[in-house]
Amino acid sequence: MSVKLTASALAIAAVAATSAAARDQVQVAGSSTVLPYASIVAEAFGENFDFPTPVVESGGSSAGLKRFCEGVGENTIDVANASRKIKDKEIKACAENGVTDIIEVRIGYDGIVFASDINGNGFEFTPTDWFLALSDKVMVDGELVANPNKTWADVNANFPAQPIQAFIPGTKHGTREVFEDKVILAGCEATGAFEHLLAHAEGDTDKAKKKAAEKACISLRTDGVSVDIDGDYTETLARIESNKDGIGVFGLAFYENNTDKLQVATMSGIVPSTESIATGEYPVSRPLYFYVKKAHIGVIPGLKEYAEFFIADEIAGPDGPLAEYGLVSDPELADTQSAVADEAIMGSNM
Amino acid sequence: MSDASMPTATPHGSIHEQDARTKRRNAAESRFKAYGIIAIGIGLLMLLALVYTILSKGVGAFQQSFITMQVELLESKLDKTGERDIEKIKKVTTFGYAPLIKTAFEKTTAENGIETALKSKDMAKMLSKSAAAQLRDYVIANPEKIGETIEFRFLANSRIDGYLKGRVTRDSIANDKNVTPAQLDFADQLIAAGVLKKTFNIDFIIGADASDQRPEAAGMGVAMMGSLFMMLVVLALALPIGVAASIYLEEFAPKNWITDIIEVNISNLAAVPSIVFGILGLAVFINYMHLPQSAPLVGGLVLTLMTLPTIIISTRASLKSVPPSIRDAALGVGASKMQSVFHHVLPLAAPGILTGTIIGLAQALGETAPLLLIGMIGFIASNMPETIGEGLLSPNSAMPAQIYEWAKRADPAFYERAWGGIIILLIFLISMNTLAVILRRRFERRW
Repeated sequence: MSVKLTASALAIAAVAATSAAARDQVQVAGSSTVLPYASIVAEAFGENFDFPTPVVESGGSSAGLKRFCEGVGENTIDVANASRKIKDKEIKACAENGVTDIIEVRIGYDGIVFASDINGNGFEFTPTDWFLALSDKVMVDGELVANPNKTWADVNANFPAQPIQAFIPGTKHGTREVFEDKVILAGCEATGAFEHLLAHAEGDTDKAKKKAAEKACISLRTDGVSVDIDGDYTETLARIESNKDGIGVFGLAFYENNTDKLQVATMSGIVPSTESIATGEYPVSRPLYFYVKKAHIGVIPGLKEYAEFFIADEIAGPDGPLAEYGLVSDPELADTQSAVADEAIMGSNM
Repeated sequence: MSDASMPTATPHGSIHEQDARTKRRNAAESRFKAYGIIAIGIGLLMLLALVYTILSKGVGAFQQSFITMQVELLESKLDKTGERDIEKIKKVTTFGYAPLIKTAFEKTTAENGIETALKSKDMAKMLSKSAAAQLRDYVIANPEKIGETIEFRFLANSRIDGYLKGRVTRDSIANDKNVTPAQLDFADQLIAAGVLKKTFNIDFIIGADASDQRPEAAGMGVAMMGSLFMMLVVLALALPIGVAASIYLEEFAPKNWITDIIEVNISNLAAVPSIVFGILGLAVFINYMHLPQSAPLVGGLVLTLMTLPTIIISTRASLKSVPPSIRDAALGVGASKMQSVFHHVLPLAAPGILTGTIIGLAQALGETAPLLLIGMIGFIASNMPETIGEGLLSPNSAMPAQIYEWAKRADPAFYERAWGGIIILLIFLISMNTLAVILRRRFERRW
C-alpha cells in the first residue's frame, strides 16, 4: 500500500510542478493538407536545431484556426496550418480573445486532382462536367430543374456510361471550398445557370443577389450520388477501391504517392503536376498558409526559427523536400521570407 | 411441471421408447446445441480471419531494407576550421551531409563492380531521407571521428523497401515519380552484391515517428513510452482511489439514498463514452489547470477518470464475494472494523481487484478517442524521454494513437506500419489479459 501511496504522491507532485514549468516545444495544429509538409519541416527542424521537434496535429483548417484563436498563452497553440486564407470572422474571433497580432505565411501552392480507379475509365473533365454531374439543379431548355443525370454519358456525350459516384471532401475541409469555387461555381457560370439564378435571386442589393446566386450554385445534390468524406484522403481511396465507379477528390501529393492505385483525370485538358500548377495552367489549385501568433515569439523557444526555417529556400524552395513531396513552391518566396524576418503582422501593409 | 408424479389417465409407454413429445424436446435440444456450435464456429472464423489479416499485413513492418556503405567523414565539409568545435560542427545542417552520402554511394557501387547508368543523385534518392540525419547525429556524438571512413547501415527508402517486400513492382510504378525502373534494376544489382539487404529492424520497435517523407524510419518506441507513462499515471491514481472508494462504499458506508445515488452513478459512469472524458480533460486539465498539451500526464489523468468506474465496480464485486463469516469471525475475536477489512477481507479480495485493475488498464491502453482532444494524436516525433518528469510532461503519443496516425498517411508504406503497430499493441493486450487470467486462476478462492 505504501508503494502505491508514494506513486500517487509523486504523480500529484508532478501535477503541481507543471503549472510552473514552461513549454519548450512549438505546438502546431490545423489543416490535414498542410500536415505532411509541416511534419517534414518539424522533423528537419528537430534534427538541425537544438530546439525540440515541434508537435503537429491535424483536424482541419477551421478546427486549427478555432484553437489558434482561443487566446494567448502557453496552453494555446502557436501556429495554425490552413489550406485557405483566414476569414474575417476568424480574425474577429481571434481579436476578441486577445490574439491580435497574427503573422500570415504563405508556404506555396497545392493542386487538387480528380482521380479514379487505375483499371477503370479515364476522364478528361471540365468544370462544366462536374457542375452537371453534382449540382442540385441544372439548366434544361432554359429552365432550372432537379439534376436528372445518372451516368457520366448523360453529362457529356464523350464520356462512358459509367454511373456518377463522387467522393468529395466534407465541409470541414478547406479543400471543399476550393472545389466549390474553382470547379462547381466555374461550371455554374459556364452553363448559364448562374445568370438564371442571379436573375431570380432574392436580395436587396446586387451584392446580396450575387451571394444568393453563388450559394444556390454550389448546393450539391443529396441523392447519394455525391458523398462527403469527412476523414482523410485515405478514406476516399478506400471508398474508390470498394466502388470502382467512384471518382474522388485528392491532393496532388496524395495522388503521387498512390499512382499504383489511382489514375488522374485532366481538367480543361491539363494534366495536374507541380509544373502545370506552378505556371497556373492547371486551374484547380490553392495557396497553403500557416499563421503565427506574434505574442508567442520570444516566449515559446524556437517559434520564429521554425517559421523562418519552414520557408527557407532549402526547405520550401523549388528543389527542397516540400516540393519533392508535392508542394508547388511559391515564386514570391523571397517576399514571404523577409516578411517573416520582420515579423510583419497581417493588415500592416495592406 | 412435474408431470411424471401426477396421476394421469393415459398409460405410460416404455421409458426406452421415446414418444413424439420427448423426441421433439430432444430434437430442440440438439438443434440448440448445433446453433451454439455454429455461433462459436463463426466467432472462431472471424478471429482467425482477423489474426491472419493482421499478421499477413503487419509482419513486414518488422523487417526493413538496409544499404551498407563506407562513408568518409570529410573534414573539409564537416569542420572547415578543423577546431572540432561542437557548436561549429552543429552549424552544418543535414543538407550539408547529403554530398558525403552521394560520394560514398558512388564509391560502394564502383567497389562492388556494379555498372549502372544511374546518376549519383538518383542513387542517393534510393536511400531514406533519414540517412543524412543519421550521419549528422553520429558526427555530433563522435566529433573525433571526422576525417575517418566509417561503415554505415542506411535505410533504403520506402519504394525500394517495398520492392524487396514485393509491394512495389515494375508494373505498379509506371506513373510513380518517386522511383524509376532503372533504380529497381540497380537495386537488383545491389542485392546481388550483398549491399542491399532486408533484415530485422529493431528501430520499428524502439524508434520514434517519422514524417511523411520517410515512412521507412518510423517506429513505435516513443509512442510505447507514452503509453507506458500514461499507464503508470492510471495505475498510481486509479488503483488507490478506486480501492479506497469501494472499501468505504462496501464496508463502511451506511446504506441510504445518498449511497444509492453514488452507486447508480458509478455504474452510469462506466458506460459513458470515452470521448466525453476527453472533452472533460481538455476543459479541466488543459484550459483550467494549465497542464501542458500532448503530455502523457494529462492523457493518464483522463484515462484514470475512464478506468475508475471499472476498477470500483470490480473491486466492490470481489469484496462482496468474501463471505460475511470471515468478517464476523474477525470481529468476533476482537478485531476492529478496519482491522477486519485490511487484515482479512482485502487480502482475500486482492486477486479479484488485481484482475479488474489489469483489465481496466488494458482497456485504457487501447483507447484513442479521449487522446484526440488533448493533443496526443498528430506528428509527435519526440525523443525517448530521459527522466520520469520528462516522460510525463514532454509531448508524446500513445500506441493506438500512433496506429491511427499512420493509417491516415498517404504513403502506402505507412499502412504496413499501422498493421505492424497493431501487432505490438495486441501483444501487450494479450499479455495483460493473460496475466489477469493467471492471477485469477492462481489466487482466487471459492467458498
